[in-house]
Amino acid sequence: MSELPDGVERRQFDGTERLGTRGEPVYGEPTDGAWRAWNPNRSKLGAMLELGMETGLVGGETVLYLGAASGTTVSHVADFAGPTYAVEFAARPARDLLEAAESRPRLFPLLKDARKPESYAHVVESDVDVIVQDVATRGQARVALENAPFLADDGRLLLAVKSRSENVTRDPNDVFEDVRDELESGYEVLESRRLEEYHADHLGIVARPK
Amino acid sequence: MTDEADTATAGWFSDLDPGDIEGASSAILEGTAEQSNDWPQLAVEIGYADTADEYYDQLHAATTAATRAEVTEREAADDRQLVHAIRAMDDCTRTANELAERLAEWAGTVDQDAGTGIDYARELATRERDPEPGQEPLVSLAERVAALADEADDLREYVEQQAPTVAPNLSALAGPVLGARLISLAGGLEALAKKPSGTVQILGAEDALFAHLRGHAPSPKHGIIYTHDAIRGTHPDERGSAARAVAGKLAIAARVDHYSGDVKPELEAELAERIETIQARSEDGSGTDADGSDGGESDE
Repeated sequence: MSELPDGVERRQFDGTERLGTRGEPVYGEPTDGAWRAWNPNRSKLGAMLELGMETGLVGGETVLYLGAASGTTVSHVADFAGPTYAVEFAARPARDLLEAAESRPRLFPLLKDARKPESYAHVVESDVDVIVQDVATRGQARVALENAPFLADDGRLLLAVKSRSENVTRDPNDVFEDVRDELESGYEVLESRRLEEYHADHLGIVARPK
Repeated sequence: MTDEADTATAGWFSDLDPGDIEGASSAILEGTAEQSNDWPQLAVEIGYADTADEYYDQLHAATTAATRAEVTEREAADDRQLVHAIRAMDDCTRTANELAERLAEWAGTVDQDAGTGIDYARELATRERDPEPGQEPLVSLAERVAALADEADDLREYVEQQAPTVAPNLSALAGPVLGARLISLAGGLEALAKKPSGTVQILGAEDALFAHLRGHAPSPKHGIIYTHDAIRGTHPDERGSAARAVAGKLAIAARVDHYSGDVKPELEAELAERIETIQARSEDGSGTDADGSDGGESDE
């Protein structure tokens, strides 16, 4: 089992041991004092940590989060990381994201399209330590490649690929293979693993820029 | 960004005074940059903030203000506006057609080569700069018809632009105009989201449905969704199945739009796959349902 980043701990919530971070609750998750449980069924990054993938996260890093949605995962990331840029395209979930950002002074919500990095390059700083990507669009590898310039040379890409977003009718394994191939034009894939225990037809990928 | 700052090194804060939240908010929403930079350090260098910490505080205030403003603006494009727009569009089209008919009838009495319809009204309105004496009222009417038809086109454009904001998934699956019609028939996006797919299937076919319920007509296979390509493009024998599949996905799309607002491109692919299966049944001529599910995935 890989090391958990500082600020993420296994703790007892309502009698079961679960991952948790310290912060204001966001989506009605169980809490224990200042700690709140991180539900791997609702968060692909949570699942990646729960499954022991080598994310390289240590805590305190600068993060660019693509596909923040209503802030479920990104709120946990902001709890243990440093400055966190949360990019989300849809207005309705962004309203919830704003609430998560209210109590987190280093969480910066951006209503932008992750496929158009030039629309937020004037805000997001260069050389971020980590890009977390969980976008439900076609062309997920392309999004990761287009955002690669933000990433520091020794940074990490933590990518959750949803095969149904690429093509519902194809075998997920074929979809994942294509995504990996495309990704390898700009990244070196360090680890990849199906997240089946928590998310059907999802692949978790850890990669670093070439 | 303005011309003053070198665009290569211009961050969102480059032309701003610290504390100008409104300016910061619009800079974040509208600005662009070709590449990123070490903005926290640059901001300290040009004196926008004293420390990186202070910069991040400013950034937090600016990004939340910008996002809140944009969310509010986008959500103001609500379904009520869309319903009014599509109803107004239909009224304009219907009235323009009615008046065009009247115009054609009238014009036929004075001009042997009079055409018909809105095209003729447009032609008459633009052709006759100086109408012959006695024909002024005719040309004036033609101008009104052409203007009404233009208004209908403008309203359609407005609907096509607004529907994807109000209901992104429904508009992607049904097309913006059909999506707006369904919202209008149901009485709102929430009402549509709460309808079972069987109701969505026959929205707009109420006359046929009540004739059926009174016992002197077969049940309608489809209502307004008939205009969907997946149904029109399917062999008549299989249109019932196609309508059921389309209605099922549209009902799901409306629920996603109302309750979560996420964009789910997989719905479109799922529908395309299902329609392909249905259309293949009539092409191979067997007429039987090979997979036996008969559109069972279109839930109710």
